Amino acid sequence: MKTRYETVIGLEVHVQLTTATKIFCGCSTAFGQSPNSQTCPVCLGLPGALPVLNREVVNAAIKTGLATNCRIAPYSIFARKNYFYPDLPKGYQISQFELPICEQGWLDISSEEFAAKRIGITRIHMEEDAGKLLHAANAGSLVDLNRACTPLLEVVSEPDMRSAAEAIAYLKQLHQIVVYLGVCDGNMEEGSFRCDANVSVRPVGQAELGTRAELKNLNSFRFIKQAIDYEVERQIELIEEGGKVVQETRLFDPDAGVTRSMRGKEQAHDYRYFPDPDLLPLEVSEGWIAEVRAALPELPDQKRRRYEEQLGLPAYDAAVLSAERPLAEYFEALVVRHNNPKLCSNWVMGEVLGAIRENNVAIDDCPVTPELLAGILKRIEDNSISGKIAKTVFSAIWQTGKSADEVIAERGLKQVSDSAALAAIIAEVIAANPTEVAEYRGGKEKLMGFFVGQVMKESKGKANPGLVNQLLKEHLQQKT
Amino acid sequence: MKISEKNVAYVAGLARLSLTPEELKTMTGQMDAILGYVDKLNELNTDGIIPTAHAVPMANAFRVDQVVTSIGTAAALANAPHGADGCFQVPKVIE
Repeated sequence: MKTRYETVIGLEVHVQLTTATKIFCGCSTAFGQSPNSQTCPVCLGLPGALPVLNREVVNAAIKTGLATNCRIAPYSIFARKNYFYPDLPKGYQISQFELPICEQGWLDISSEEFAAKRIGITRIHMEEDAGKLLHAANAGSLVDLNRACTPLLEVVSEPDMRSAAEAIAYLKQLHQIVVYLGVCDGNMEEGSFRCDANVSVRPVGQAELGTRAELKNLNSFRFIKQAIDYEVERQIELIEEGGKVVQETRLFDPDAGVTRSMRGKEQAHDYRYFPDPDLLPLEVSEGWIAEVRAALPELPDQKRRRYEEQLGLPAYDAAVLSAERPLAEYFEALVVRHNNPKLCSNWVMGEVLGAIRENNVAIDDCPVTPELLAGILKRIEDNSISGKIAKTVFSAIWQTGKSADEVIAERGLKQVSDSAALAAIIAEVIAANPTEVAEYRGGKEKLMGFFVGQVMKESKGKANPGLVNQLLKEHLQQKT
Repeated sequence: MKISEKNVAYVAGLARLSLTPEELKTMTGQMDAILGYVDKLNELNTDGIIPTAHAVPMANAFRVDQVVTSIGTAAALANAPHGADGCFQVPKVIE
């Protein structure tokens, strides 16, 4: 009989911070500059250069720690992690080992695919990134140290995840949080949010963890899922065939959809961590933590709950609107100006999202600002325009930047709610369609839709649909 | 002897040092003497004393997050034995 296996996943995420400068020197962290143009004696690792900690990096670490329910350490220290690689000029990476800044946090994840659960966060520590190696066609490898010394937070989870779906849910939530906090731009392609996955399998019921493989080169959510699924299957097959999983680092090859052992790195690592004598210990006071806590933005989970509970939005709307901070801020700015959350939600999720996607603009650059959109919604609610005409007004505002009232006036889009005017149109429609009128009066009431359509067409969409319905009924019945 | 030649050879390997058999012997003797001397500290009772991470009793030296002009590519590469395309050139790392 085939043994059933349980997958165990722990994740290490490297979050690149959005500070203007590097963690231990004043060089810029801007992406995509010419090689080695953003370097100085500190990040080049020149002898005698001394690192000085960027205070903003500590702020970002405290923010992230608080948002992930961590304990913020009152006292933490930096350590040297010693190894040789050409992208590491000093021969050691400054990181934290003992006494990291954040410990013992958690995130709650949920999805339709699994029962809600809590994922433990072991620690979050600050460290510097390495440089970049370019493997040129010629004889050597090229080293660009612009990225060296760029600040990173490493977020280490407990091995609490049991499927790729859970891992993705955890990562998406962490991603959403760091982007919301503004500490990371979240760009996975540029490597701002990088993930290594420790994956092992064990027979169901076994307490002891199986031997794990560390998967690297996972730079999209899709690749992470593919890599984990592949790796789980590989390990189970290996064990079923009587083999043994080897503890090793494996690279994901997105083209082939497989993970491959990284040869040449088999030598056991011995990083000989020790406290970095160049850096003073870090003390974070209660006051400092309280200051950061007070300035924390409302987080996506809190927003989602508030949208449901206080604004009365359906769960789906609340999730869509809270997913990204700029969108949530747009929506909130709209609700402030037009206090009908559900109508606002419909328009933001419908017209606004549709238009910004179609035109490929960011929500912050949406030409129909919350203020302009509120102008449209106001005219829908006071029956000046129908929902359908409102979409025309929306497009016009998108093009011209004018207000709803200006567009409605200029184009004569004001809804006709004048009974006399509508009665005239209705009389025409009834006169022009005697067959349908007879059938309607004979009991074919479904034809009401047809009459409404005709009237709307005659009025060029400007007739007040509610009033048209009411008047049509009266007129059609009158003459029986 | 607390330190064996095997220990020294291992550490030398991590530090990418190649030692001749004579050097290994000399180093082992010297390191053993040094560590034996430092080992005297273990005679002290340090229960309840927080390990010292830094020799100076100070904390929190910070920089503000303000860009300082970098030294430029040419200066960065000035001491490099080999450079190409604005980069440091090193022996090929990956086959």
